Amino acid sequence: MRDPLSKTIREIKPSGIRKFFDIASEMKDVISLGVGEPDFDTPWHIRDEGIYSLERGRTFYTSNTGLKELRTEITNYLKRRIGVEYDPDKEVMVTVGGSEGIDVALRAMLDPGDEVLIPQPSYVSYEPCCILAGGVPVIIELKEENEFRLTAQELEEAITEKTKILVLPFPNNPTGAIMERSDLEAIAGLIEKHDLYVISDEIYSELTYKERHVSITQLPGMRERTVLINGFSKAYAMTGWRLGYACAPEVILKQMLKIHQFAIMCAPTTSQYAAIEALKNGDEDVAQMRDAYDQRRRFLVDAFKNMGLKCFEPYGAFYIFPSIKEFGLTSDEFAMRFVQEEHVAVVPGTAFGNCGEGFLRISYAYSIEKLRVAIGRLETFVQRLKKG
Amino acid sequence: MLREEILKNIEKDSRVDIHELAVRLGASDEEVGSQMKQMEEEGIICGYHTMIDWEKTAVESVTALIEVRCTLQRGQGFDRIAERIYKYPEVRSVYLISGGYDLLVTLEGRSIREVSSFVSDKLSTMENVLSTATHFILKKYKDHGTIMAAPGEDERQVITP
Repeated sequence: MRDPLSKTIREIKPSGIRKFFDIASEMKDVISLGVGEPDFDTPWHIRDEGIYSLERGRTFYTSNTGLKELRTEITNYLKRRIGVEYDPDKEVMVTVGGSEGIDVALRAMLDPGDEVLIPQPSYVSYEPCCILAGGVPVIIELKEENEFRLTAQELEEAITEKTKILVLPFPNNPTGAIMERSDLEAIAGLIEKHDLYVISDEIYSELTYKERHVSITQLPGMRERTVLINGFSKAYAMTGWRLGYACAPEVILKQMLKIHQFAIMCAPTTSQYAAIEALKNGDEDVAQMRDAYDQRRRFLVDAFKNMGLKCFEPYGAFYIFPSIKEFGLTSDEFAMRFVQEEHVAVVPGTAFGNCGEGFLRISYAYSIEKLRVAIGRLETFVQRLKKG
Repeated sequence: MLREEILKNIEKDSRVDIHELAVRLGASDEEVGSQMKQMEEEGIICGYHTMIDWEKTAVESVTALIEVRCTLQRGQGFDRIAERIYKYPEVRSVYLISGGYDLLVTLEGRSIREVSSFVSDKLSTMENVLSTATHFILKKYKDHGTIMAAPGEDERQVITP
């Protein structure tokens, strides 16, 4: 028989997380700090709107772009939060999670051979989605000494004649890094000078703990060359609802919509109705969850300091990214021994790019009580390693 | 601001370590400690009680909500009648209520009979009490913001990107 698979798909590596998943999910008393989604339930009033939409029999397709009311609420929200205006009829589409937005944006904008700059460590889907869209991923290795922010110098060094898109994944999974206004201003000039487009994945935008999130679209000249990706998963604890959105200038969005139309049809209707409620009445819930994450974040930063684990203070998302280089183990070895000996699952930094070597991603989307226990076990483990 | 943050946290967990709380709130141990002491003195923090689901114990207990309608006499507000009621140790709470009746009394006793006799012997016979209506609690689903049912398991996948 002929090989049923395409060359492209065969070259894409499976996610590095799988191995740990298999081990951790078989253990009984394992504490996992390996989850990339909120521990909160979706606030009840939002769930209730979803249920109500089902009771009303709203079980049909929506328009391809999503419910008009939802698109309007999205534009209201963006105006309120970042002061950037989008036309709900021509510049917004509702997607199946932020992930679809990333995929569709890349497919709509890339020709074979176009280069896409992907800062790493970062979320696992940018690189494969870029390859599947025919692009060439060019990795920018972010550095701990810059708190894993993207610097102008790093950007400039990676730009070639073929560079078309810069993926901007901040606040960042897995490092917890943010880009503050001054950091963005430092790279905006280069983006303009080299005529690049930006895919700005701002899914964690509500979860920042220093200054409010700044979107690249807020800077002069940037909105015109940016596809803004956001969604409901992290801010409103709605991961399973699979709902996100993309905002972009009409010329780009129109073509993204074409792909979405043929591949997806529309995002889930129930989720769309729930999301309207989230945007209308969910600000308070978001604030409460942010406060809870912030307390856990401070708790962990302090615990790592006391343990003598080197770690920069993260100001975004719900991850902390400590260095384990002093122990002479790879991230993979460290995480494997930690789960086997202490039954705590964390994700090795290398799951998010080669430059994650020497780091661990620890999620604090867990209750303080759980974190206390897990930190206790980490301390035991670290002490044992230090004694050799 | 710090005060509110402290209160929100200890309302959920009054046994939290002060140092840990200070770390979580980004404040110093001294600040948190002195604020708590001050709030105790000001009567903002009225105690550090424990939530108990007595139903799960061997102790027999019955809780009733009693609506009380009162008459007022010249120069005497509700405060006086409320005081006469809340002095009884078996009375858990007394609220002045707007609407169809005046006071809402929560009462805890060992049995329905014990509660009934309190109502008929003590409460109804007070001279300012016009009438009472007693509702026995059959099951507590949620109390003081705490859901009594056992919390569900973490159903998330163990590791996700």
